[in-house]
Amino acid sequence: MDEKKYAKLEQEISPKIPLMKNILKAFLTGGIICLVAQFVALFYMTYFDFTERTASNPTVATMIFFSMLLTGFGLYKKIGQFGGAGSAVPITGFGNAVISAAIEHKSEGYVLGVGSNMFKLAGSVILFGVFSAFVVALIKTILVKLGVVSW
Amino acid sequence: MVGRGLLTFKTLPSISATGVTAGPLEKKSSFKDKFDKVYDDERCGLETNEHAHAKMMEDACMIALSKIDSLPSDADYLLIGDLVNQMTPSNFCATTMGIPYIGLFSACATSVSSLILAALLTEVGMSEIAIAGAASQHNAIERQFRYPVEYGSQKPATAQWTVTAAGVAAITPHKKGFPSIECATIGCVTDLGMTDPFNMGAAMAPAAADTLTRHLSGHGTSVNDYDVIMTGDLGKTGFELYKKLVANKGIDDTKNFRDAGAEFYGKDPSFLAGASGAGCSAAIYFSEIFEKMKIGKYKRVLLIATGALLSPMSFQQEDTIPCIAHAIELTMK
Repeated sequence: MDEKKYAKLEQEISPKIPLMKNILKAFLTGGIICLVAQFVALFYMTYFDFTERTASNPTVATMIFFSMLLTGFGLYKKIGQFGGAGSAVPITGFGNAVISAAIEHKSEGYVLGVGSNMFKLAGSVILFGVFSAFVVALIKTILVKLGVVSW
Repeated sequence: MVGRGLLTFKTLPSISATGVTAGPLEKKSSFKDKFDKVYDDERCGLETNEHAHAKMMEDACMIALSKIDSLPSDADYLLIGDLVNQMTPSNFCATTMGIPYIGLFSACATSVSSLILAALLTEVGMSEIAIAGAASQHNAIERQFRYPVEYGSQKPATAQWTVTAAGVAAITPHKKGFPSIECATIGCVTDLGMTDPFNMGAAMAPAAADTLTRHLSGHGTSVNDYDVIMTGDLGKTGFELYKKLVANKGIDDTKNFRDAGAEFYGKDPSFLAGASGAGCSAAIYFSEIFEKMKIGKYKRVLLIATGALLSPMSFQQEDTIPCIAHAIELTMK
């Protein structure tokens, strides 16, 4: 059997990825995470001196804290298996990527282990996140200078 | 000499004893009662996963040796392997055991490749007791080949779960009442262009099918001559593909086919396509199969352990997954 024929057979036999089901589950999981974050933001606005704009920073920090607890207790990977992108895309997913790598590499020490491996998964998110922010800011600056849009 | 890669053992070396140890999650295995020792802690109370990996292998060796009233100092050879870089768990195990040692890497097919070499050493009269086997520890392997253990990624239904288990066998010159090693086939690396590490079964199935047909034609047997033909860790998807591939080669009767990976965790859907890892086939071959042969339930079996010979780097460089399958035939007379 050649490679092409085998690839076809493999496609036939391997269970299909249930796309609609996964999308729904991701929507549900991501939605719930955002709902929790919304309550956290409201909490900071109600009980502390935060506005809707300034509440985002402590909210993000709190959500990462929750993510840390869930990762440490081995629950986030279960949420991840259920929710897919729904739990990977929000800031909690970013937290999970950093924290899981930190836990994993503790056995190699704090400097060579935790320090140098913590951003092994999240590093590319930071790199390409910063780079795309730069490109977007550049485009907007040019458009503002040309008078097409305003800040 | 029978043919390329085909071995026949005239002196019929025996598997005189086995030792199988497994991790806490393996209590969910359909074969848990057949394992000699099941730990309550994934790290066996030790500092690192890799130490636990070595400890599991040491315990398995000690159990096998104790069953034939022997000490590590009585054993002539230690032929074991695992999946960790440079096989450090096997190396540390060999340090503790102090048995002349060769580390073997055939990925998850090491259970059989080590058996073949142990049988050869015994056949030529160079070994009275040779320990052969393989092991894997879930956390140690996952972190190397995939993501950190606690990372929340979604695995597809074709993905397999690396087992925490070690299985070893003590090979001695022929002994009555124990399964003997009749013949074997060394596999050729087969690669049909599969690239998905979350569908390792599909990558390995062609290797298993190739080795099976080579063994049958080389040794002049047919599938019906065996009580069971058990593959290593094809998993549910790979096992289906393998059956299709052998049907293509004119073998339709697959009722005595079994796969250790597909059966390891039973029907539990949380393990997706089933088990994998070097310890998977070793644990099942050296518990379930060995026992059933000893009581005479199985008279003749063919074990085909399958291994995916990839590295995390070869996958990232977008290479295909080369796979191997080694076969060994055991009889009980």
